[in-house]
Amino acid sequence: MTEDGIRCDGRRLDELRNISIKVGVLKNADGSAYIEFGKNKILAGVFGPRDVHPKHMANPDSGILRCRYHMSPFSVTERKNPAPSRREIEISKVIKEALQPAVILKDYPRTVIDVFIEVLQADGGSRCAALDAAAVALADAGIPMRDLVSACAAGKVADRIVLDVNNEEDQEGQADMPVALMPNMGKITLLQLDGMLKPEEFKTCMQTALVGCKRVYEVQRKALMEKYFQNGEQ
Amino acid sequence: MGSQILDQLKRDKILDLLKTGKRIDGRALDEQRPLVIETGVIPKANGSARVKLGDTEIITGVKIQPDKPFPDLGDKGILICTAEILPLADPNAEPGPPNEEVIELARVVDRGIRETEMIDLHQLVLIENKSVIGMFIDSSVIDSGGNLFDACSYASVAGILSCSVPKYEITNDAPVLVEGVTSKPPIKTLPVSVTMARIGDYIVIDPTRDEESCMDARITITTNSDGNICAVQKGGSDGFTAEQLLQCSEMALVVGRKIRKQFEQLM
Repeated sequence: MTEDGIRCDGRRLDELRNISIKVGVLKNADGSAYIEFGKNKILAGVFGPRDVHPKHMANPDSGILRCRYHMSPFSVTERKNPAPSRREIEISKVIKEALQPAVILKDYPRTVIDVFIEVLQADGGSRCAALDAAAVALADAGIPMRDLVSACAAGKVADRIVLDVNNEEDQEGQADMPVALMPNMGKITLLQLDGMLKPEEFKTCMQTALVGCKRVYEVQRKALMEKYFQNGEQ
Repeated sequence: MGSQILDQLKRDKILDLLKTGKRIDGRALDEQRPLVIETGVIPKANGSARVKLGDTEIITGVKIQPDKPFPDLGDKGILICTAEILPLADPNAEPGPPNEEVIELARVVDRGIRETEMIDLHQLVLIENKSVIGMFIDSSVIDSGGNLFDACSYASVAGILSCSVPKYEITNDAPVLVEGVTSKPPIKTLPVSVTMARIGDYIVIDPTRDEESCMDARITITTNSDGNICAVQKGGSDGFTAEQLLQCSEMALVVGRKIRKQFEQLM
């Protein structure tokens, strides 16, 4: 990073990578989205509400949400074993728990909503980008939601707090903090951290990430508007 | 599905009490259960600990052996923490491959110890890029009474502190054990994990099994001896406001200092 805060990929400290989202990219899925977030290329498909298999998982009071985050073997520099790793299982769980507060599951007892995420190419921050696509795919599936979920990471690189950590910065950086926000309700539904932050840096880092989440929200909203309100009318 | 009705009743009761500033076991909202640490419980391991946090009980063993370093980390020794919920610990636990809860537990415990840089891994190198010392810290939940995250983390830290690291010498490019010579592990800082649950508008520290069954969301924050925040994991099916999370980070620092004093007595 240079003295005046220009990062290794030319961004300013508080600048996001380029994000583009396409809604409804899969024929068979009930809802789907494709996101490019920096070098991340991620597909999300949503199925349901539908019957639960295995049946014993069904909940008579509420629907259930299932989530699978998976990385393609060709998505990273060294080929990744296609079997789900422990990292992918943990990320699947935190993504599910980040989406769950937004989805009104009570309306669909004994059913499941399946969210499948495939990371075709991974850069830093793939769990946030995956979440952003998954939230849009859920909305595209017409599932009632309290709010969208928008995610973005912040971190500490070369002693400075930066927005949206990329892969190189994640490797060399001092901290990485992915955050997911329900922007209209002000609820944080995902927060992770690895690294080392002083208490005041923790606060700044979280606030930086939240600003990023709100910017991501605008991109998500625009993508949904483009599909559903093509003439610009509401 | 009777348990869901019970959980709802439990939640009502717990919330009613919280409104009057009380918890079902009589603790204050920011009070942990008593922590009892016993070390050296498994003499065949290089380090071990048995930890009781309220009704939760963990046994951790540390095994130390020479290993090949990870290809991209040839200048560092190996540190791996795992955690397992034994079938005898919990009526809902099943033998077999770990489910997502157990994987999360193990990864959060590992992250806390790794990200605080508790152990100076550079000091565990025998020959750079070829041979290093590996420390394997395996925790077993033997009785599951809530807040497994903190209990497993405390047991892992206590297990590491109780370690005698065997000495290895390089003969013909291979590590050979030197009998009867051990040293203390290279400790840089003491990580303390603090888990809080949100139930309604209330944040309670160190939730019990009953509190966990009806919480909205959970947060685990690990701090180091210098008062830095090094690892965070949010869990549970709902969220937090930013203010609640900042409040949690302050609580984690305060409670962290108390627990760290208990660790210091083991050194």
